[in-house]
Amino acid sequence: MQKQVAVEDGLFSWTAEGVRLIGGRCIDCSNHIFPHQPGCPKCGSAEVVKVELGAEGELWTWTIQGYPPKAPPYIGEIGERDFEAFGVGYVELPEEVRVEARLTENDPSRLRIGMPMKLVLVPLTINNLGEEVMTFAFAPKGSDNE
Amino acid sequence: MSEVAIVGIGMHAFGRHDGISGMDQGVTAVRRALGDADLTWEDMQFAFGGSVSAGAADLMVSKLGLTGLPFINVANGCATGGSALFSAWNSIKSGMFDLGIAVGFDKHERGAFRPSTAESGEWYGQSGLALTTQFFGMKINRYMHEFGITRSTLVRVAEKAYRNGAMNPMAWRREPLSADQIESSAMLSYPLTKYMFCSPGEGGVAVVLASAERVRKMGGRPVFLKASAVRSRRFGSFEVTAPHLPIERSDGPTVDASRISFQMAGIGPEDVDLAQLQDTESGAEVMHMAENGLCQNGEQEQIIARGETEIGGRLPINTDGGCLANGEPIGASGLRQVYENVLQLRGDAGSRQVPGNPRVAYTHVYGAPGISGVTILSR
Repeated sequence: MQKQVAVEDGLFSWTAEGVRLIGGRCIDCSNHIFPHQPGCPKCGSAEVVKVELGAEGELWTWTIQGYPPKAPPYIGEIGERDFEAFGVGYVELPEEVRVEARLTENDPSRLRIGMPMKLVLVPLTINNLGEEVMTFAFAPKGSDNE
Repeated sequence: MSEVAIVGIGMHAFGRHDGISGMDQGVTAVRRALGDADLTWEDMQFAFGGSVSAGAADLMVSKLGLTGLPFINVANGCATGGSALFSAWNSIKSGMFDLGIAVGFDKHERGAFRPSTAESGEWYGQSGLALTTQFFGMKINRYMHEFGITRSTLVRVAEKAYRNGAMNPMAWRREPLSADQIESSAMLSYPLTKYMFCSPGEGGVAVVLASAERVRKMGGRPVFLKASAVRSRRFGSFEVTAPHLPIERSDGPTVDASRISFQMAGIGPEDVDLAQLQDTESGAEVMHMAENGLCQNGEQEQIIARGETEIGGRLPINTDGGCLANGEPIGASGLRQVYENVLQLRGDAGSRQVPGNPRVAYTHVYGAPGISGVTILSR
């Protein structure tokens, strides 16, 4: 199988038990953020510890990216023939935070606000070492992509 | 504290101008504003100016004259023009100066804005996120879900923009588009189609400001700047290019800038005769009507269907065609709205003149990274 690498180290953990986003939790006010950063946007505290966020949530809002993003910074397919529209949404992880992510679904008729979603990984491109570069995405629960 | 008046306005047409730098479009705007005020560059005691993609504004002194004036560059994202105006307004209000100029201009590469993800991490743009168009699609999709706004309202807003733009010789897009053309154009970011979005563009606008005392000596047809406010985002607001949002929600910077502006001006939304609102896409105009206090959430569906935001309606909005017909040269966009309102309050807006002798006009600009600027003008 082709070797797979994360688009960026420290963004998500990736073990036999599955994928988890690595966010932050403020020691002082319990606010959650993603990705981790040294500073809480709610209370200004510098004490933000790394935590694994929940892997399931509800779709809070969504859109479909219908045209190829500019490259750089995008590293996925942008060619007229190869670009495929992709979903983008915010998924609410209960009692934690809403996270912005790609969606595995790009058909508007199969997306609705409030539907249950699950964290997965999707390939973006093949890097110059021949490795598959992966980023995180959410899939509708019960779909083939889950 | 002194009242502040706008005594001169100048604009370089918006659009695409091959071979003319963004800076030179700013210089043209300054010359026209000075001519409109019957003043010279030597009369200017200070300048605030900026662009996002077309260089440092203070370099324009080499073309306008090296007079030694304090020229402060403003770099404040999508509120760059609004922030230049806010700073100029404060400089006169403080009593330090009684005559000065604010200028904004820009020239962006073609196509959608290229995401800059220096702050959020490279993965964000690499993964196909961080596009401003995605934010607008997701914000209006959620808003339609919560408040029952329909696609036909989004189409109507765009139709109005191109219809108004057709009457504006300074606009980029001056061809009316049919509802069908708008609705069937490419779906860029669901539920928004190509013609529901504005495009990054080029242009420049300058505004000459004077104290009320100075205006009494000068004469002319001053329009008073009753309020000017710029606000950044608070925790809990839903803003452009945010890898995460907290679950608790708060009002956005537009609500905050609007409230403080009405307080400063000592009037309420019911006193506004016309408004220029940020319409990056048609949904933004709809949502910003409520965020600026001009209606309640959800009322837009009926207000727009009844034609109340048309030039002949109860509350005309984006009478010059807005961002949809003018495009968005970021540094100039907020000042374009002020330019249009001054024309309207003077009665000089030609075929798109709002009838009934309007007295109070409102502007609102919004953009990355979650910043809003509001002004209230009155005769």
